[in-house]
This record gives sequence, structure tokens and C-alpha cells, in this order.
Amino acid sequence: MHYDLALPSGLMAALVPEIIVVSGAMLLLLWAVWRPESDVHQRNVAIGAAGVTLLAAAAVVYYMVSDASSGPGVIAVDRFRWASDLLFLLATLIAIALSSDFSKREGITTAESHVLILLATSGMMLLAAARDLIILFLGIELMSISVYVLAGLYRRSARASEAALKYFLLGAFSTGFLLYGIALVYGAAGSTNFTDIGRVVSERGFGALPMLQIGLALLVVGFAFKIGAAPFHMWTPDVYEGAPTPYTAYMAAGVKAAAFAAFIRVWLEAFPGTIEFGPPYKVLWWLAVATMVIGNVVALAQKNVKRLLAYSSIAHAGYILVGVLVATPLGASAFLFYLVAYTLATMGAFAVVIALEEVGERNQNVQDYAGLWRVRPWLAIAMAVFMLALLGFPIAGGMGFFAKWYILQAALDRSQFYLSVYLVLTSVVSAGYYLSVVMVMFMRPRAEGAPLPSRVPRATGIVIAATAVVLLVFGIFPSPVLRFARDNTITIAPPSAAASPRAGALVPAANSH
Amino acid sequence: MEIRAYLPLLLLMGFVIMNAVMMLGLSHLTMRSRPTAVKQSAYESGIPPLGDARERFSVKFYLVAMLFIIFDIETVFMIPWASHYRQLSCAVPLSNGLCPAGNTSFFGLGEMLVFMLILFVGLAYVWKKGALQWD
Amino acid sequence: MINEALFFSAVLFTIGVVGVLTRRNAIIIFMCVELMLNAVNLTFVAFSKLYGAAGQIFVIFVMTVAAAEAAVGLAIIISIFRHRETVNLQNINLLKG
Repeated sequence: MHYDLALPSGLMAALVPEIIVVSGAMLLLLWAVWRPESDVHQRNVAIGAAGVTLLAAAAVVYYMVSDASSGPGVIAVDRFRWASDLLFLLATLIAIALSSDFSKREGITTAESHVLILLATSGMMLLAAARDLIILFLGIELMSISVYVLAGLYRRSARASEAALKYFLLGAFSTGFLLYGIALVYGAAGSTNFTDIGRVVSERGFGALPMLQIGLALLVVGFAFKIGAAPFHMWTPDVYEGAPTPYTAYMAAGVKAAAFAAFIRVWLEAFPGTIEFGPPYKVLWWLAVATMVIGNVVALAQKNVKRLLAYSSIAHAGYILVGVLVATPLGASAFLFYLVAYTLATMGAFAVVIALEEVGERNQNVQDYAGLWRVRPWLAIAMAVFMLALLGFPIAGGMGFFAKWYILQAALDRSQFYLSVYLVLTSVVSAGYYLSVVMVMFMRPRAEGAPLPSRVPRATGIVIAATAVVLLVFGIFPSPVLRFARDNTITIAPPSAAASPRAGALVPAANSH
Repeated sequence: MEIRAYLPLLLLMGFVIMNAVMMLGLSHLTMRSRPTAVKQSAYESGIPPLGDARERFSVKFYLVAMLFIIFDIETVFMIPWASHYRQLSCAVPLSNGLCPAGNTSFFGLGEMLVFMLILFVGLAYVWKKGALQWD
Repeated sequence: MINEALFFSAVLFTIGVVGVLTRRNAIIIFMCVELMLNAVNLTFVAFSKLYGAAGQIFVIFVMTVAAAEAAVGLAIIISIFRHRETVNLQNINLLKG
């Protein structure tokens, strides 16, 4: 199918998945408020939201299968968008399941949380589709504002309110930078469309446009805030610790992935051939290295599991940035593969945290997991799988190993020797905290008088089991996901990519460099 | 830029400042201080003042103000819509600012109706949630 | 005129950034963020003199988004005030590493 985005009808047709999510969210919003608040009603709305998510996923799959394409316009109709959408919808589905169980346990009866998740998802989908700075801005804000509310939704918790305030203030601050960057890019290029900006950049040269350089720098700062890259990561641990755990999981997986999807499109389409010109590339290089180092080193000192996972998510932002930096099709598909593995492992790990924490957000320290193997063996095994996946351990870590391997391979393919060394070294450091969680669970005795963890709620249990099994299965047979990542990679290739003979070959093989 | 064009403005500003300084200065020079309780109280249009001005407002005011901002700012989208309405209601490009006969389209109208519908969903939510109730 | 407007908006933006970094009251920080957004709006309007309406449309979107952000932000600030009886960030310190 070909969509003419210049026509209103074509544009609408190309936005059907987003329209499904938004109109579903609005109907659910009315339904949520029409009945008195109760736990049953909250569950029903959650089921409705899951239905909307599945419907949108079906629409996305339809577009993917029908090989939708489009003329120039404000949104992209390409396979990268559909693949990212599927990833976000997966994160949404998991988040809704976790949020429903969490609400039940904490006695939260507001059903609007599920609606807010859907609205944030629509923002993410817009981000994946954005081929115009206006759409990019709207997507980021739709996503961020919904997530600010989610972070502060649990009003009885002072920590959640605090997390929401910090997230909101720093989020709004970073939006200011992003927006100023957008304004300057618009001023330098005379257009907000990525394709037009890309044309101006390649015709007039990046070096000849100082305003564009400042604009790009500000854009990078704004994005670095959103993805939690060092040195703009300071909000991440506090917010991740304070926010209700299901929404933390959603932030760590969905919000981060969406910001990355938008960032890689801006990077490849609006600033083609960034690898060729020096300064912005160098800045991003240092950003990636700093993020990997700071995330992993500081994570070593963490006692709270949510904080630990927050620093781990910072570290992973660094690894993913390596995939962005290697602006080749190989890098882009490694990036997609990584996001899939990261989303599954992170959401699974947070699901275990939800299963183990008690009413009032207790039991969140690593020490509380001591001897888990004795009392809840399956939970301990699942958590071990997630930790090893985040570490990138072969076989037992499932997809996590291949995710890191492909990123590494893509980096070596572009002769990014030092970047690869940093990636490997910081991964070794990360073993210090991932393995210590595993060790505490399996080797330490259960603390004296520690109560038995309460029964795992059904949806949370399903999420934990499913993510762990998928991680393991695709860790042994990675080729389907690999093919998915390779087929759905972003199609715009930088000029030099054609020169690389091995571009597109993703099979693990001895590297010629 | 023509600086001379701003000369009247400058003169006016100078006059205002001079006048204010003169009035305050003269009254300060000629004044004899004889304070009484009535003289020292804050002036509230002749009515005896009721308490401190820095009172806490009820949070309900905030809620209403917030709803007002949200629904008020949405009308800003109607301005570009109205200024393009002629083109939006025409299926082909306008010729001489008019729509060729037989090409009327309801796209523009429908678009605004959808927009209004979304706003209405928000209003219905707020209403049902009880945010418009004062007590 | 465009240069003056750009310069002015850059100054406003900087004032906003400095305000966010130095102030400790959540409401004032938020006002500084709004100042940043409005500085950007000025930039957009200045550029739209060169490139046509896209900049002005952007301004409208920024305004609405800023209003939504204000509503959410003030709600968050109120909810924290209910817990802590203060909006001073120095006293808001439950979450520490």
C-alpha cells in the first residue's frame, strides 16, 4: 500500500494505529469515570486497555505485512516505525498487567492509570513515526506529560510525589533545551521536516551552518535527558526509585526506547553522514563512554534494587548509544535487537521486584532477596535469567548475550576499537552488581524471621514467566528476532555505508578488523 | 531603526518619572507626621480591611483555574483553522480566493468537529469526576 | 529585526536556565522553565518571518503543551505540598542514593 501523506485522507490512513490507541484511550477514560471506583472496575478497564493495545498491534502488523510505503510527509511509513511500535505496544501490555496487579495490592482504585499508559504509548508511537520536528515535539510531550502523572499517581506515597516532582521539573527543563534546539535547527535549515533538513545539511555542509551546530548540540542535550545518558542522568535513580514500580518499568523500557527510536531517526535522516563530520560525533562518543562508565560504576554501590536497576538502565543507554553511533544498517539493526532484549529483561526484572515488594513499597533492598531460592525457587530463577540477560551472559542470559554481541560487532565493523573496549570493560564491571544479586538469592541464607513473600499475583506471574521464557528461547534460537531486526532496520543509510562490504551481515563470525 | 520615532515615547517617560518624583518629593517635604490607627491601616476602597492580604486560597480555585487554562488555550487552534477555513472546506485549491462550484468539502468542518469532540470528552470526564462541583 | 529578536530570546532563555539552576522553590523553577519555553516561542516567531507559517504553528503547539504541562506540574506541586508542607527543593529529600 502506498500512502500519499500530502492528502488528509492518506495521512489519516497512515496514522490508524495511533488513532486506535488514542480513541480507545478516550473511550476508556469515559468508562473509567462513569462507574464508581472499585478494584473490579480498575481490572476491567485494564482488560479494556490491553484489548486496545492488542488491536493497535494487529493494525501495526497489518501495515508491516502489507509493506506500507509513503511519499514525503510529516510522518514516516516504514518498517522501522512498525517494529518500534510493536516494541512499545509490548511494553504497554506488560505495564498494564503489572499496573493492575500493583493497584490491587496497594489499594489504588483509580482506573485512569491504564488510560494514561495508553496515552503515553500514543506519544511513543508518534515519536517512532515522526519525520517532522513538530510531530517529534508533540510525541515527546504527549509521552512525558502522561508519564509525569503516572509517576505521581500514587498520592498517598510521599516518595512517589517527590519522584514525580523531580521528574517533572527536570523533564520540563530538558524539554526547553530540546525545543530551543528545534528552533535553531528550523532557523538554520528553514524547515522542520527531516528530509528537508537532511538535504540542507548535505548540500551546504554541516560545518558551514553554525546555528545548526548549536541546534544539534541542544537537541542532543534534550535527548540525553530523556534517555538518561550521563551527565544528564541525575534524575533517573531518584525517579525510578520513587515512582510506583510498574511505571518505573514502563519508563525504563518504553520511554527510553521511544526516545532512542526518535533520536536514531533524527540522527540518520536529518543529519545524514554524521559519522563523517567530527564534533557532533565526538560529543556523542564521549556521551556513550561516560554513560557506560558512570552507570556501571555507580550501580556497584546500590542497595535498593530499583535504584540498582535505574543505574543499570543508564548503563544500557550507553550500550544502545554505541549502536546509534555506528550509523550503519548493521548498527541500526543491532540497536533494534538490543531494544527488544533490553525491554524484555528490564520489564521482567521489575516484575520480579513487584512480586517481591510488600504493601507500602517495602522489601526493595537487595538484602531482602537473600535466600529467595529456598522459598520461591521459580522467582529466583527468573530473576537470575533477567540479571544474566542484562549482563549479557551466554546461554543462561538468553537474548542478552546476542544483543551485546551484535552491538559489539557493529562497532568493530566501523573500526570503533576503543568504543568496543569500553563496552566490554564496563560489561565486566557490571557483573559485579548483577551477579551479586544472583549470589544473594541463591547462596545467602534467608534472614531470621523474614516473612514468606506473598503469593505472586496472576498477571505479574504470567509476565515474569513469559519474559523469562522468551528471553531464553530466543537466546538459543536468536535468528527469528535477528531477522526481524534486520528486516525492519531504518532504511536511510549514510553515504559511506555502501562502502562497507559487510553491511547487513549479522551472523556472528570472526571479524576481519 | 529610526531612533527619532521613539522620541515622543521617551519624552512621555521622562515626564511620568519627573511627575512622580515631584509629587512624592513635595509631599514628603511638606508633610508633618501625625500617625493614627486609621491612617496607617491598608486602604481597601474605604471599607475597614478584613485580615491579611496574604491569605491562603482554597485549592478549589486552583482546580478551576487549571481547567480554565486547559480549555481556554485549546481555542488558540481555532484561529489558524478559521483563517484557513475557506481552503479547508474546498476539495481543490482556491481560485481567486473562492472555491470553484461543486467542490465543497466537509473536511475542515469535520476536522473541527473531531477536535471539539475530543475537548468534549475531556469536559465530560471532568464533569463526571466532580471537578466542577464547588462543594 | 530578526537578529535583535534572536538575541533577545537567547538572553531570555539564558535567564530561564540560570533561574532553574539557582532557585530552590519548585514554583519559581517552574516559572523559569516557562520563561525558557516562551523565549523559544520568540525564536520561532522571528524565524517564521523568514520561512513562513511553520514557526507560528509551532508556537501554537508550544503554548498548548505548556498549558498542559502547567496543569500537571501544579498538580504535582500541590500533591507534594500536602505531604511536606513546603515546595522548597532543599527540604524534599526522601530519595537519596
